[in-house]
This record gives sequence, structure tokens and C-alpha cells, in this order.
Amino acid sequence: MDLFEYQARDLLASHGVPVLPGGVADTPDQAEAIAREIGQTVVVKAQVKVGGRGKAGGVKLADNPEDAKARAQDILGLDIKGHITHRVMVAQASDIAEEYYFSYLLDRSNRTFLAMASKEGGMEIEQLAVERPEALARIAIDASVGVDAAKAAEIVDAANFPAEVRDQVIAIAVQLWDVFSKEDATLVEVNPLAKAPDGTVLALDAKVTLDENAGFRHTEHAALEDAAAADPLEARAKEKDLNYVKLEGSVGIIGNGAGLVMSTLDVVAYAGEEFGGVKPANFLDIGGGASAEVMANGLEIILSDPAVKSVFVNVFGGITACDAVANGIVSALSILGDEATKPLVVRLDGNNVEEGRRILAEANHPLVTVVDTMDGAARRAAELAAA
Amino acid sequence: MSIFLNENSKVIVQGMTGSEGSKHTSRMLASGTAIVGGVNPRKAGTSVDFDGTSVPVFGSVADAMKETGADVSVIFVPPPFAKAAAIEAVDAQIGLAVVITEGIPVHDSTYVWAHAQGGSTRIIGPNCPGLISPGRSNAGIIPANITKQGKIGLVSKSGTLTYQMMYELRDIGFSTAVGIGGDPVIGTTHIDCLQAFQDDPETEAIVMIGEIGGDAEERAADFIKANVTKPVVGYVAGFTAPEGKTMGHAGAIVSGSAGTAAAKQEALEAAGVRVGKTPSEAARLMREIVGA
Repeated sequence: MDLFEYQARDLLASHGVPVLPGGVADTPDQAEAIAREIGQTVVVKAQVKVGGRGKAGGVKLADNPEDAKARAQDILGLDIKGHITHRVMVAQASDIAEEYYFSYLLDRSNRTFLAMASKEGGMEIEQLAVERPEALARIAIDASVGVDAAKAAEIVDAANFPAEVRDQVIAIAVQLWDVFSKEDATLVEVNPLAKAPDGTVLALDAKVTLDENAGFRHTEHAALEDAAAADPLEARAKEKDLNYVKLEGSVGIIGNGAGLVMSTLDVVAYAGEEFGGVKPANFLDIGGGASAEVMANGLEIILSDPAVKSVFVNVFGGITACDAVANGIVSALSILGDEATKPLVVRLDGNNVEEGRRILAEANHPLVTVVDTMDGAARRAAELAAA
Repeated sequence: MSIFLNENSKVIVQGMTGSEGSKHTSRMLASGTAIVGGVNPRKAGTSVDFDGTSVPVFGSVADAMKETGADVSVIFVPPPFAKAAAIEAVDAQIGLAVVITEGIPVHDSTYVWAHAQGGSTRIIGPNCPGLISPGRSNAGIIPANITKQGKIGLVSKSGTLTYQMMYELRDIGFSTAVGIGGDPVIGTTHIDCLQAFQDDPETEAIVMIGEIGGDAEERAADFIKANVTKPVVGYVAGFTAPEGKTMGHAGAIVSGSAGTAAAKQEALEAAGVRVGKTPSEAARLMREIVGA
């Protein structure tokens, strides 16, 4: 889960990382009130989970509360690369003497954690990594040891931070490790980490990504979720514990197992090329043990999507054999009754496949077509969606 | 021969008394796996009956190994306790620890991986279906009745695509099929399995199934080019997955230009791997290669 800047800032502050005072506003009036409380020049920043806000006009200085209100008025509702701004952060503005960069992240390729640091911050780090790789220090972190003051000093010295900020940055590096490890983050990135004219080092902007698998030990993280942004079908699927992602096309997809469902999306898109570019409407993995109830919940979500013209149910009968899956489909359709209105193409393979197909043939549901192969079924579903 | 798991493997189950653990212990036993014990400190000294087979419960992995000579542990322990269970298996120096558990925080997986370095335990998973050497032993949740012993080796990030491919090629059979899991940090990689299949005289050809996210397939392609002389057929899932959306597996996410299916396919083909556009096409390519 990616956090908004203001959420990341609050999280950093709760672990002692120095940040500037500020607050978050949904309306221009709230922005004005926060600016009044701060009592000096503020920066009004669009809260969207995408880079390039400044260039898009989503970051503005305001000299007084009235000005902050006007800037918030401009920024709220702004479309930044397809992300509509619903909130702004109003923070005390800081003069910047120098900009640095610091991050911790999961290094998937090396199965470890990585610290990246540079005394040349501010610009996009991808750009720095390409243009001046020597200016970006990368230090692997032993996940079973973590970062203490000595390790933090190693990182800071590798990045050649100026002597006058060395101790401050080391302390911040330890605090950021606290955020990274104690909050189960997979990314904590501060850019810029800034030196104010008085020499104080502060985190001026931060990106944090939290591991949703760790939710069981961070119940407070649930409140950080951006419920407003979720697709309504995705939100309903989540309530029912279904693994669903809304896509752009018109063939509803249900399958068991993440890999098989991803593969089904591909096969449908290939088949759809023949029918004017028909595409899958969603990803939905109902898991290995596809009970009738789970199948019914899944079908219900997919059939309620107005973009869906046909449905492809693609199940491999492994642990749950095909006869049980077939019974699940039949009872799901009877649970749904008149709500089921779109054609279903079903492909079953695997254990007890003959019995599964027999059950579906016997039920003889008018909406259901059984096709033996995955490729053939995808073609039929695409054809039905194009009709 | 097979890789990592054979008819002499003695398997224990951590979390055997839980609902998933007991369901799959029963299935593993039914497929002929030598399950020699379970681990649960609160139930040490008792035993559990699985359709007439009594399986003793030990207080620790170390005790179970001492008493039974176990060399494989299959872990079904729920996410909050999985890290400790895996560490216990590593510290007991068991040869193979298969972590089935889905939903383990990546900080825990990364810690366990770091902790296991320099030790003697191979970790498979987490969030994987385990591995099967058909007709010999089954450590995990892969259905044992799909196919038989044979000459194809299979390594896959995905469980159901593993089953699908085993089913498509069921008449030819498999030496070992390994589900390595779809998490961002896993123990055994495609490369480890490719090396083992290359070294296994029974395996004549290899199917490698990948999916979007990370660079494991690209690395595997480099490895194949340099080290694998046996024919390899590939399949990659997730060509239509949009950027920034996680597709079921925690690791299946395309970030920026990295980790796309197209890049993986290109890398594999450049290494001489024949890549199927669909699972069925990959199976057909394999049939051409083994002449069946």
C-alpha cells in the first residue's frame, strides 16, 4: 500500500524524524485555517500518489492564510496525470540550502534490504542513478541485523555527506530504519532530505509503501487505506475477501490460482484480437478451494459489472476436483437466479473432469457453454462479448 | 532420480494439527509420502491418526529429526508464527524446509533468508504449493493424482499453472515439479531448480513457468544460456496485467518498465528457450522436444 505524502510524513514524525509543521485539508477553508496556525509562509501540496506534482501545478507557495486558501482552491480538483486531487497538505515552507536523498527499500533481486543515499537530492532518483551513478551510494543491509548507528554511519560516509550534517543524517538514518522495519515498509524514501539555512536537516517529502501482508501486526495501518479511490467493484470484492482487480475490457474472468487467472487474461486478450480487440474485464482469483458460495460471490460481482458482456470461468480441478467445482457453478447460478443474465463459458480441466462436465451438461443451464480447452473457451468468450 | 525430494525423504509437518496442515498431511500420506512426524510443542508426545496411520507429534523440529531421521519439513504454520517456525527448521539444520504459508510479511521472509545463509537448509517458498516427485514423495499441496513419474522437470512461480502443465503433459510424466512461490522474496529460485534439473540424469527436458514482477526470469535466462544444455520450454503469465496493480501474488506487480511479461519472454527467447504463448502451446512445444 502506497501512502500519501501527509501519511508518510506523519509516520516519519511518529518515529522521531524531523519534519516541518503542517496539516492536511480537504477544503480551501481548512487550508486557510492550517496556514493561520502555522503563521508564516506555507507550501500547499496536492496529495496524489504520483510524481511530477510540481510541474503539474500541484505545489504552490502561499505568503498568508488568504493566499493559502486561494492556492488550495486552485489545487483541489486538479487532475495530475489522471489522479484527481482531493486533499492538499499545508506545511510550513522552508528555505533550502542543500538537498539530499535517502531511502531504504526491499531489494528483491538480492533478497535483502538496500539503503540508497546521495548528497545530490531533489531530482528524480531514477534520473540521478542513470546520469551520475557514482553520486548514489547503495549499501546492502543484512536483514537479520538491521541498521544501528555504525551501519548508518557507513551509509552516510559512503554517500559523502558534508561533515557539518553527518551526525544529523546518521541520526535520521537510524530513525528511518525504525520506520522501515517497525512499520513493515517495503519503501521509505525521503527526497529531498533538506538542509535549512540554519543547518537543520529535515525530511521535506517522503514516499512510504507498506506491506499489506503485515496488516495483522499493524491494525492501525487499515485506516491509511484510501477507500475513496478504490473502484466500487474492487471495494465490494474486498469486503467478500475476493482477490479482484477491475480492468478495462468486457470479458468477465473467474479462475482459481493467481497464475492461472493471469494466464487466462492473456489468453482472452489474444483470442479477442480476432474480434475487434475484446479484452478481459477483470482479474478474479477465487483460490484453490472454490466452494459454491465463493463461486456465487465471484459471479455476483462480475455479473454486476455493466462493462461485462460475457464471463469466462476457467478452473483447474486440483485439490478441489472438477465435480465439486461444477456443483459450485450450478448452485451459484441457482443462488443468483434472475441476477445471472450474461453468457458463461466454462472450462474445466483436471481431476474428475468427466464427472464435472457431466454435471454441467445435466444441469443444462441456458447461459452456460462448456468448452474443453482453455484456448477454445477464451475464443468463445471473446466471441460472445463481441456479439 | 528426482530433485530435492525422493522415495527416501522423511517428511515432518510443522503445523500438522491445524486445519490446512492436517488436511494436507492426510493427502501427502495417501500419495505415499513418508510422513514421520508433526511438530507442536503443546502436543508433544501425542500422536494423530490419519486414516489408520498414526503420526507422532514432537515438541520441536530438532526432536523430530533426532527421533525419526527426518530430512524434510513442510510448514503450514499461519503467517504470524511462520517466521519462528522457519527459523526453527533452519536452526535444526533440516535439509529442506518447504514453506506453504501464504501471506507472510516480506520483512519476515527476508529475515529468514538472511538467517539461513551459510546454513545447511534449502528453503522452498513461502506462498508456494511445494514440490512433488510423482510416485516417490509429495511435500506440499500439489495434487498427487494428476500425473506420474517421468522425464520432465518443472519449475513454476504459480501453483495452478503447475497443475495445469502437469495435466497437459500427464502422459509423459515428471521427475519433479517444484512450485517456488509468487512472493517477492523466496528461498529456492528458478535458477536453483534449473541447475538441479540440469544435474539430474532422469530429467530430459525442463518446463519453466514465470510470471510478471521482479527479474527472476531474466536472471534465469542468463543462467540457461551459460549453464543449461537440456531443452527448456518457457511460459510467462501476465502480458495483460496493468502497471502498479498486484495480480494475486504479492510479487506479481509490474513497476515502471521492470518486470513485464514481454521483457521476460524476450530474455528467455534470447537464451534459446522456446516460449509458449499459452500454457497449451508451451505443452505442445514440449511434446515436439521429447517426441511424445
